[in-house]
Amino acid sequence: MSAGEQALHGFSGVALALRGPAPTKVVAGFGFWLFLLSDIIMFAALFAAYAVLSDATAGGPAGAGLFEKPRVFLETLCLLTSSVTCGFGTLAMFRADTRATYFWMGITFLLGVCFLTIEGREFASMVAAGAGPSHSAFLSAFFALVGTHGLHVSVGLIWLIIMMVQLKTLGLEPMVTRRLYCFGLFWHALDIVWIGVFTIVYLGAK
Amino acid sequence: MLGRLSWSAIPLDQPIVMGTCGTIVIVLAGLVTLVTVKRWWPYLWREWITSVDHKRIGVMYMVLGLVMLVRGFADALMMRSQLALAAGHALGYLPPEHYDQIFTAHGTIMIFFVAMPFVIGLMNFALPLQLGVRDVAFPVLNSVSFWLTASGVALVNLSLFVGEFARTGWLAYPPLSELAYSPGVGVDYYLWSLQLSGIGTLLSGINLTTTILKMRAPGMGYLRMPIFCWTALASNLLIVAAFPVLTATFAMLLLDRYCDFHFFTNELGGNPMMYINLIWIWGHPEVYILILPAFGVFSEVVATFSGKPLFGYRSMVAATMGICVLSFIVWLHHFFTMGAGADVNGFFGIATMVIAVPTGVKVFNWLFTMYGGRVRFTVPVYWTLGFIVTFVIGGMTGVLMAIPPADFVLHNSLFLVAHFHNVAIGGVVFGAMAGYTYWFPKAFGFKLDERLGKAVFWCWFVGFYLAFMPLYALGLMGATRRMQHYPDAHWQPLMLVALAGAVVILIGVALTVVQLAKSIRERRANRDETGDPWNGRTLEWSIPSPPPAWNFSVLPSVEHVDAYWETKREGAVRRLIPGNFRDLHLPRNTPVGIFMAFFAVILGFALIWRIEWLAAAGLVGAVAVALREFWKTDREESVPAREVAAFEQAHTLRRAPWRASPIPTRGGQSLPSAAACLLQEVSHERG
Repeated sequence: MSAGEQALHGFSGVALALRGPAPTKVVAGFGFWLFLLSDIIMFAALFAAYAVLSDATAGGPAGAGLFEKPRVFLETLCLLTSSVTCGFGTLAMFRADTRATYFWMGITFLLGVCFLTIEGREFASMVAAGAGPSHSAFLSAFFALVGTHGLHVSVGLIWLIIMMVQLKTLGLEPMVTRRLYCFGLFWHALDIVWIGVFTIVYLGAK
Repeated sequence: MLGRLSWSAIPLDQPIVMGTCGTIVIVLAGLVTLVTVKRWWPYLWREWITSVDHKRIGVMYMVLGLVMLVRGFADALMMRSQLALAAGHALGYLPPEHYDQIFTAHGTIMIFFVAMPFVIGLMNFALPLQLGVRDVAFPVLNSVSFWLTASGVALVNLSLFVGEFARTGWLAYPPLSELAYSPGVGVDYYLWSLQLSGIGTLLSGINLTTTILKMRAPGMGYLRMPIFCWTALASNLLIVAAFPVLTATFAMLLLDRYCDFHFFTNELGGNPMMYINLIWIWGHPEVYILILPAFGVFSEVVATFSGKPLFGYRSMVAATMGICVLSFIVWLHHFFTMGAGADVNGFFGIATMVIAVPTGVKVFNWLFTMYGGRVRFTVPVYWTLGFIVTFVIGGMTGVLMAIPPADFVLHNSLFLVAHFHNVAIGGVVFGAMAGYTYWFPKAFGFKLDERLGKAVFWCWFVGFYLAFMPLYALGLMGATRRMQHYPDAHWQPLMLVALAGAVVILIGVALTVVQLAKSIRERRANRDETGDPWNGRTLEWSIPSPPPAWNFSVLPSVEHVDAYWETKREGAVRRLIPGNFRDLHLPRNTPVGIFMAFFAVILGFALIWRIEWLAAAGLVGAVAVALREFWKTDREESVPAREVAAFEQAHTLRRAPWRASPIPTRGGQSLPSAAACLLQEVSHERG
């Protein structure tokens, strides 16, 4: 039996597809992966709308004049670093090291807040400069796409607070670790979406 | 304080609307009184409303679909009678603004709140049973999905009493659906009810996909799954991939309407055609989300009642998955007239025609399954045969319209209306009725009345042809869809035939209710104690009807496509129910679904009427319900092995020997003695 076959069949010698219902941990993770895929498709629709409307500035300001790349770079650093710390937090949870989990997830939370603050300031300055979402189809698409990502990050932060309270009140129950694991997946998925935003919206600004 | 809501929102000046409202209120009040007087509330609450059992949820989906079918069908009758009257100088009885709401409501309700609940209900009920497992992957989420769909239904029906419904057609194309041209609450009702039910559908899709891919009985590899599971897999993959696009598209339209964005407006660079692209990127897969499970039902029915394995199982799987992929590259055929150019139209036209190939494979597979079989002409087989004939006609008119130049002539005509009703009724409705009749005895332990079932079929079948064949002709003569009145009185005779057809279908719908009532009254005579009334092939027939909450006392082990059929052939019933039972853990019932739906309706209603504080209250309520569920640790209850064994003992005793012909068994034992053998094992085990 080759290494690949062994990985597929495991040590019981029965192919994965024939083993019967998967354990709860696997089922929950798989279901959450499907949710993430569907969420990414939702973003795909927003990206498509942005791509169609990015030139429709209606005589108003275009992206290149509005976006400050250094600020966005800092924003990106915050979010991507938070993904790394979130990964450390998940590993700590698997080691059943509650204190390290709190620590890394706390850092994740702070970096998420930094990201949102920078984004909020960017939005506020654009609106103040008369470049709000009502100004043109391009700005509508920009605010909807980037704002939806920001909304996801906000929901993620609320979820993270809830998970920390659950960790405190319920401890490292299988239910809690499953959810915290799913939170990690969610947080990493938001990074992937942000890389798309950073590349297409900010680096591709005309 | 109440946003845009005031007393003028209640259409007191419209007798038809108020009459309908009055009837609904009287029926609802009657139902509530009946349930209260009979003291059924605790039972309903405990066993149904809070149930997380996939079988119960499946049944509730079907009931929801049936109720909304009556509503949607009432709209259809109003449209048909209006068009039968409004020829030449006659204007009919429905003013245009009311007629517009009716066709919008009809389309929206029939697709989202009739066809979807039917299809999802059948999948919910049958999938875990066919897969040989105890429930879906996420039972509590399943309940939430159902109740979110129900909250969408509640909002749509509320629009009848308070305010108005959209007048835009069932897909609410902008710029008509933008605030500038639809300033009322109609489009908001449309959008929020579909957003809520859409979230329910998406969660359902995730749930059922996970169930199929991760929860199958031991030994059930992908190519041993019953074909209905394959079609359900394709359908649910499409839900996961397509519904987020619908959510995003509606969200953009909502932003346009609520926050002055410009995605689809005429001004400031908005692009209405983008909406039409986006909505059909969801809309075309949606067609297959509905039809694929129906194909699965027909496949099961054909194989079961021909007493043969399904012809070309693997080609059926390939065709199903082929359709699943192709369904994403044909959306533009809904608007060839947009002006995308000959190349683009040519690509989408050819892609559309290509879908006819796997569909044709399926039709031949069904025919070859019946060929040489001993077909038993039961009600599900009637529906299947009616489907094959009708669907082939509908499919051919579809291929006809896939030719862009032909579509330029037929676009937005009654020919198109006839085409999609041809496939939606001939495919989805016939499939739902076949599935309903086929699995009813599994759900309730008795069969539906056969004679009335056939009457229902003939009403739908004849009524369909009467109602829609004239529409093909009218479309070719130039009659457009969504037309409230026509000047050319020559069209009237065909419109009258169409009305007659609708009345024949109405008799069919009424007979469905009569059939149900009669079957319930005579349930003792129709009782099926074998659990296998049709001599079935798949695992759901291997357990008693109705199945226990845990479905399978012992998970079956699967070695063939037709797992139960092979077991029966080998006479090895014992293998399915060996005597070692364990304590089972089942998810506990929870009211989280209905509470969630309650707050969702409040949230939706408040957003429609722009009542900020109420919207906040609805949101806070929904979050609170979710958090409460989040902290529950005691989510399961256990069924002791003793109880499981007692159930099996009681039910295996009652199972009669298989009636059609004796089953040849390996050891020369007949079935009853095999069962007796098993019981000895059971009692031995317990002793």
